[in-house]
Amino acid sequence: MGAGHAHQLYRRGDSPVHALPPHTKLAAVLGFVVVVVSTPREAVWAFALYAVLLGAVAATAALPAGFVLRRLVIEVPFVAFAFLMPFVVPGEQTTVFGVSLSVPGLWGAWNVLAKGTLGVAASVILASTTELRALLLGLQRLRLPPLLVQIASFMIRYGDVITDEMRRMSVARRSRGFEARGVRHWGVLAKSAGALFIRSYERGERVHLAMISRGYEGSMPVIDEVTATRAQWTCAAALPLTALLICLLGWTL
Amino acid sequence: MALIINAVHVPDGFINAPVSAAAGVVAVGAVAVSLRGARRELEGTSRAGGHGGERTAPLAGLVAAFIFAVQMLNFPVAAGTSGHLLGGALAAILVGPYTGVLCIAVVLLMQGILFADGGLTALGVNITVMGVVTAVVAYALFRGLVLVLPRTRRSVTVASFVAALVSVPAAAAAFTLVYAIGGTTDVPIGKVLTAMVGVHTLIGIGEAVITMLTVGAVVAVRPDLVHGARGLTAPLKLRVDGELVDAVPATAAAPAPAGSPKKVWIGGLVTAFVLAGFVSFYASSNPDGLEKVAADKGIDKNVEEHAAAGSPLADYGVKDVEDARLSGGLAGVIGVGATLAVGTGAFWAVRRRRTASAPPSAPSSESRTAESV
Repeated sequence: MGAGHAHQLYRRGDSPVHALPPHTKLAAVLGFVVVVVSTPREAVWAFALYAVLLGAVAATAALPAGFVLRRLVIEVPFVAFAFLMPFVVPGEQTTVFGVSLSVPGLWGAWNVLAKGTLGVAASVILASTTELRALLLGLQRLRLPPLLVQIASFMIRYGDVITDEMRRMSVARRSRGFEARGVRHWGVLAKSAGALFIRSYERGERVHLAMISRGYEGSMPVIDEVTATRAQWTCAAALPLTALLICLLGWTL
Repeated sequence: MALIINAVHVPDGFINAPVSAAAGVVAVGAVAVSLRGARRELEGTSRAGGHGGERTAPLAGLVAAFIFAVQMLNFPVAAGTSGHLLGGALAAILVGPYTGVLCIAVVLLMQGILFADGGLTALGVNITVMGVVTAVVAYALFRGLVLVLPRTRRSVTVASFVAALVSVPAAAAAFTLVYAIGGTTDVPIGKVLTAMVGVHTLIGIGEAVITMLTVGAVVAVRPDLVHGARGLTAPLKLRVDGELVDAVPATAAAPAPAGSPKKVWIGGLVTAFVLAGFVSFYASSNPDGLEKVAADKGIDKNVEEHAAAGSPLADYGVKDVEDARLSGGLAGVIGVGATLAVGTGAFWAVRRRRTASAPPSAPSSESRTAESV
């Protein structure tokens, strides 16, 4: 996976955030999200501070605000769910613009929206500043089972190949005048899916044989061990530790 | 713009921290078990045999890539609406439950880290609900049906339809259980359950049709690749002078079925009862969850009771049993028992009629052995 395989979420750069070793970033993001989730929902100001923290990280990484905000679109489905909450949750009612809303429902919606958005934003910043391969190395460094990391790396490596295969099948269908319009056409699409499975599985078998012939014995040699200095760990830990401070304040105030 | 019916991954902040952590532990355990099981499963498909562990990574990786890709294949429903495959049941049937769980877990992990689809703290919940529950329910049902129904290709498609159909609402119910224990907002659980299972039954129908068609397509071409249908291949027959004769008497020793029917049944049964009884027993002992909701429901009289509210199992508690924990556990066990009784009765009835009406005929033309592929 050279430069050509960098995923479209990654944004090349040479900021301090880009330069941090991947496992420190992964640990930092995970720690941050855990802290955010355990913050009491009533501490509204704490969430504002979290957002400022993430904004600072994004600014350090030279990520344009529009880029991050556009990626947040992923959370639209659960935003819709959150908007339902004030209407369906029972409890004390309040009236806003003549509409009766439930107070616990409003808190619930706020809770999901705030924590969900911060979580998505943290993940987006991580994915935009870390290369795929580095992410996988980081996961391995964080003691994920090597076999799981291998599976993930094969999935990432061949994801584009399989998706392209699917696209070629789609082109082939359309060039023969097929257009899926409704349930009646599911049979054709499902046959494509079946063929795609067979092709993927057979490709897996071929990849395996090719790897055996190159001396593969079940584990990948680690040729570029990622390491982090104490300074880098401190730098990465700044985000979750600051967040933890805010969280503790949120609990005590 | 086309509306896409999408299964939403659970975001951060939806389930509280302790329950997310507990689900994380469950997911880690399930993945660890699956890593061991997948070696065995993928070794089993090996024709040469002998290399189990090293086949796992490339094959499971490619299957994960397939699941990832096939989730992007849009199936138009009508008037600009379209749905897509969730793939849990499909993966379990095609490559076996362990590899299936592993592939879904890897897909969810990568979606969480790369695409921010599903919260990182909710990863455990997502893997447990969408991977483990879906795959285990689908595979247990599929395997059970395949063993009970006559050995034909049609049975495989019927079994995959039912397995996928049930697996989606089952996952929705599992999510509701998690939400009941650790949801951050006290939505009345009865309502959540009705809504979740209702919506997901609709989604499940779509999933079932697609899964059935896809499994059918694979079985037609490479029956040896369908893990769940292993042991169903009939011996190769040759037509000699218009008469079917057994070819070589099974040289390559047809792969044994994944387990004896009895073992599968008993294992599934024990798991179901343990889950239903013990887990809901434990679940309702948590003062944050069901009891609080129950208290809220008691206070608030405006809440509409749903249709089944009068039934003895309403709200997953048995009437006249005082202890809330015991009641919840009991309801779970009774539910599983009833489902099992009805299910087994139906399967037996169908099987009886099938075997009575048609003399057992060998499905010779439909299966190929490894040599012919």
